[in-house]
Amino acid sequence: MIPDLARRRVNLEQRARIVQTIRAFFVDAGFLEVTTPQRIPVNAPEAHIDPEASGEWQLHTSPELCMKRLLAAGFERIFQLCPCWRAGERGRRHLPEFTLLEWYRLGCDYRSLMIDCRDLIQRLVPEGGLSWQGMTVDLASPWEELEVDAAFRRYAGIGVHQALEEDRFEELLVDRVEPHLGIERPTFLYDYPVELGALARRKPGCPDLAERFELYICGMELANGFSELTDPLEQRRRFEADIATRSSLDKSSAGMPEPFLRDLGSIDAAAGIALGVDRLVMLLLDAADIAEVVAFTPEEL
Amino acid sequence: MYTCSDLKKGLKLLIDGEPHVIVQFDFTKPGKGQALYKCKLRNMLTGALFDRTYRSGESFEPASLEERDMQYLYQDETGYVFMDQRSYEQVTIPEDVLGDDRYFLIDNMEVKVLMFGDRGIGVTLPNFVNLRVTSAEPWVKGDTAAGNNKPATVETGYTLQVPSFVEEGTLIQIDTRTGEYVTRVKE
Repeated sequence: MIPDLARRRVNLEQRARIVQTIRAFFVDAGFLEVTTPQRIPVNAPEAHIDPEASGEWQLHTSPELCMKRLLAAGFERIFQLCPCWRAGERGRRHLPEFTLLEWYRLGCDYRSLMIDCRDLIQRLVPEGGLSWQGMTVDLASPWEELEVDAAFRRYAGIGVHQALEEDRFEELLVDRVEPHLGIERPTFLYDYPVELGALARRKPGCPDLAERFELYICGMELANGFSELTDPLEQRRRFEADIATRSSLDKSSAGMPEPFLRDLGSIDAAAGIALGVDRLVMLLLDAADIAEVVAFTPEEL
Repeated sequence: MYTCSDLKKGLKLLIDGEPHVIVQFDFTKPGKGQALYKCKLRNMLTGALFDRTYRSGESFEPASLEERDMQYLYQDETGYVFMDQRSYEQVTIPEDVLGDDRYFLIDNMEVKVLMFGDRGIGVTLPNFVNLRVTSAEPWVKGDTAAGNNKPATVETGYTLQVPSFVEEGTLIQIDTRTGEYVTRVKE
């Protein structure tokens, strides 16, 4: 008998209700729920995401490749709730196996996803406000939109390009910028330097920026969305750059997701987003640690 | 050598030649960026606390520490003196390094001394010690209500909360891990 489970039961019951509401929201909005394979030959190469091996293949780190192939086949609106695996990620807001919600829209850009985020969270919190770890957030008034460079200048005192050049992007983001995001109302941090949006489209008229955003509430990163890059040649070049970064860090890569690159050219325009379900549940249940909202952590298995 | 994925609360590392213990640890990873390993470290020689953030790819030297069975002998102006009962080697631990543990040492007590090279940097005490109360307010007869505590000082100079019936001269048991009163000892 694990004593913690009895205490966690209330949270697991609430979690089930939240997941049911998420499903109802997307079904009502005309999305098709899909299930794609969780064990795949290769994930999208990413400099700082390590897949978990599964025999000769890998467990997916995100369902993005398969879901974008469905977009390429003409599926207009799709969503998926599924477990994903990222090796070595364990902290108060990280589990190596966690639950992602991803949704995709054909013929849209990242702006539509911001509206989806707002509608989804307002449906989950009909009271129009929530409190997490002593912070109170108003969900009903307009949500903050803040460009990445403006956020760095305001809170870290240097521009984002300088932060990248000095290799201090993550450190400044975590220590100086994130604590100010989504404090009284949710914040969309948007328009990332293009090198930080491996699968995101360049912003028309601003080729140094990627149309990518992250949603923050109470300083917690909840979702990462972008206008999809649909040029297979540029996507291949970006994957090659990530593979090169990995090898400079002594990390192996499993190769190129060729079927994905082949199909990508069939997509005209699309947008997609991944939202961390465990973190959303933490936020809605005022839980400080991700361990409080799952049945078992790896340490308990 | 340790890598970042070995970092966790309680791990002991050698930093700038001195042993440190991780007292708080968190893993963070913003967006699709590099992982950050945030540690609160305590210098085991000075007790100083500080924060440090590491990134994947860094490596760490383990702090090699050894526990030795020793006997507490006496206190002098340099600190508290212990003796290895097999080699008769003596080790002195300064008062500020011992902290509150010094209040629970009794002459000839057997303890484990944590050694960093030839320096003693801490002790592991028995979980319970018996110490005599040297001053406490007298017991007001009839006051037996639970939760009525009062301060008392024991022979080593340590002051703690005790139940109202404990008087000067009483032998009491103290939990050395919490520093709290456990029970009155029958003599």
